[in-house]
Amino acid sequence: MTAQEVRLCGLLLQEHFGEVVERIGTHLLRGGAQNLRTIANETNTPLDLVKKSLCVLVQHGACEFGSGRRGPGSPVEYRASCERVLRVLRYPRYIYTAKTLYGDTGELIVEEVLQRGHMTMSNTVKTVADRLTHNMEEGRSMEYSEVVSAFSKLVETHFLQRCPPVAEMGTAATSTNPATPGTPAASASTAPPTAESNPDCYKLPHVTLIGRGKRRRSSDDSEEQRGGKKAKMDSESCGDEGIYWQVNFERFHQHFRDQAIISAVASKLDQTSSEIVRTMLRMSEVTTTQTAAYTQPLSANEIFRSLPPNYSISRPILDQYLSLLVDDPMEFVGKSGDSGGGMYVVNLQRALANLARATLESVVQERFGSRSARIFRLLLRKRHLEQKQVEDFAMIPAKEAKDMLYTLLSENLVQLQEIPKTPDHAPSRTFYLYTVNQLPTARLLLQHCYKTVANLIERRLFETKENKRLLEKSQRIEAILASLQASGAEPEQLTEVEEMITAPERQQLEALRHHINKLDSTENQVDETVFLLESYIFSTKTK
Amino acid sequence: MAGRGRGRGRGQMTFNLEDLGIGRGDSLPPTTFKPSPLFPPMPVQPVPLQTGEEVEYMLALKQELRAANKTLPFYIRRAAPKRDVDRYSDKYQSGEPKDSAIEWSPDWSRLPKELCIKVRKPLAKRHPPQVKQPKKPLVGKEEILTKLETLEKKEEAVNSEEEEDGEKKKTNEEEEQAEEEEFEEDFEEDTDYIMSYFDNGEEFGGDSDDNIDEATY
Repeated sequence: MTAQEVRLCGLLLQEHFGEVVERIGTHLLRGGAQNLRTIANETNTPLDLVKKSLCVLVQHGACEFGSGRRGPGSPVEYRASCERVLRVLRYPRYIYTAKTLYGDTGELIVEEVLQRGHMTMSNTVKTVADRLTHNMEEGRSMEYSEVVSAFSKLVETHFLQRCPPVAEMGTAATSTNPATPGTPAASASTAPPTAESNPDCYKLPHVTLIGRGKRRRSSDDSEEQRGGKKAKMDSESCGDEGIYWQVNFERFHQHFRDQAIISAVASKLDQTSSEIVRTMLRMSEVTTTQTAAYTQPLSANEIFRSLPPNYSISRPILDQYLSLLVDDPMEFVGKSGDSGGGMYVVNLQRALANLARATLESVVQERFGSRSARIFRLLLRKRHLEQKQVEDFAMIPAKEAKDMLYTLLSENLVQLQEIPKTPDHAPSRTFYLYTVNQLPTARLLLQHCYKTVANLIERRLFETKENKRLLEKSQRIEAILASLQASGAEPEQLTEVEEMITAPERQQLEALRHHINKLDSTENQVDETVFLLESYIFSTKTK
Repeated sequence: MAGRGRGRGRGQMTFNLEDLGIGRGDSLPPTTFKPSPLFPPMPVQPVPLQTGEEVEYMLALKQELRAANKTLPFYIRRAAPKRDVDRYSDKYQSGEPKDSAIEWSPDWSRLPKELCIKVRKPLAKRHPPQVKQPKKPLVGKEEILTKLETLEKKEEAVNSEEEEDGEKKKTNEEEEQAEEEEFEEDFEEDTDYIMSYFDNGEEFGGDSDDNIDEATY
């Protein structure tokens, strides 16, 4: 929970849930697990606002609660999760991926579940059907069954999962059964249950939802009718109360990682080899665990059978491609045996490490120039080098090499390692070696990325605040125009209203929109780098 | 002995300056007198952003999500501070939440009991509280009338000992009615003071006609 992470989390919470939740959330992130009273006192917020904010945070999975440290009798403690809040930055990417995989229906399902934190299946289906019906033309509406089929596809491929059941807590004090004090204590001491620990995690509930989406009309009498119908619908419980579904972020991350590997292979080798790697990854989707270093071994025969039909390559060509992939210095694919025509694995961990290394190298290149990048790559490959050796290997004149090394050193991308010859560490008798450690440098760069995104958000808020008056004016004029058009006004009235914004104001608005679009787009792109570095660091942790 | 190195050369240090690459004749960069600038000029321009359909779609998604968040019940605003006087527009402008209810109904079984807050009911149920209000002043008036009746009875008991029953009763009743009216007047004006005690100063100017020579204070 570094300072940059907390700052970024605070900004994200403020944008999505308002200042009150931001205050409570930042306080929890900084202070660790706390109970309700402590939070209210230390943040000087009224108790109901604290309760509301905690409800919102728990609803979205950003906060967990558990019984206190002093045993089952102590007040409930709340813990915020920094990681989960940072996921908010990636919502557009999740929604877009769902769209590419499962179309508009899938996109809307994922969007609804992300916005609400967690929802029951029936609720999701109804809301999505209504939204789709609203966008369709008059007279057509969306069947619930289509939405249900998209939902079940998402669950089958593990993109959606059931929310973990809530652990029993705090009941020992009021339990009517004092004979079993052991069980509440035992459940309190175990870690909070994850979604995966539930065996029914990906099982769809047996609910039959029959109906069509309702179109939202602006006329009043149909609203009253709908009000009556709505009461009826709510009163009939659909049989899946208590089963809540949330988005499985890990599965999405797996998908992004696979995409990154495939595109890296495509750009390094060619399209066919990327198709082969894609096939291998698809085959091992279900059998590979989240933290595996490499996929399960696949024989060349299996790969040949599972290739997509439009990529009809002959068997010897496939073997050649596979041996090319194995020999490639990036080591995406490895050979683990010779049975079945050759057993091949995709080296996930090594691929991630190589991708992270490529990111680091490109960062150095863009910031300091290609010669500094050459020095950086040299140090990554050769590990420890003296200054003289750096100059010789990189073929750069001494003075410039020295300059570049010191710039890199001051930015902490390169470290100095001292190796003394004598026990008194005399400087004239010590080797000073330059070195680059990939993992700490990746962590450093990740923190820089968090800081960048936080700065971008702050700049966007600043720009919006500066031009607040202008934005409000343009919104009001748009509303007036819309209402005039709806009530059928003459074109002269419309132009008159439009002229209320002067030409320089229009220019200013255009410039503002352009800036905000740029800042938003940059945030999305920085998030891609964040994802790569985070995956790499996470893969090295679990060893 | 300690001062021998001072002044000669650049100053002796514990390590060899040659190793760092600063030779004998080289000049060091100038010393800085102020903190580094807030926005230093960038030596290289950053790479332009990616463009394409995917990028623009995600941008639009992001902005839509941001706008939609403000309308969802999860966006928590502080309750508006109570103003000193109730204003007429309060009835029509109900933008900000005034009480501490929660706007959506979470599944309370998944939350600890201490977080339970009442859920704000929809606005349709505003009529019942208003119906009760007209009844209260009526109750107040009834109490006043019973008090007056008890006072009447006491006065009747006092006055019944006199000889002229009919006239006096009438006058008493009139007086009592007048007193009742007076009492009602006093009650209606909601003050503790009986109106006849108040001297509103209309007779004040008349006294000064006697002594015109003397100044009035």
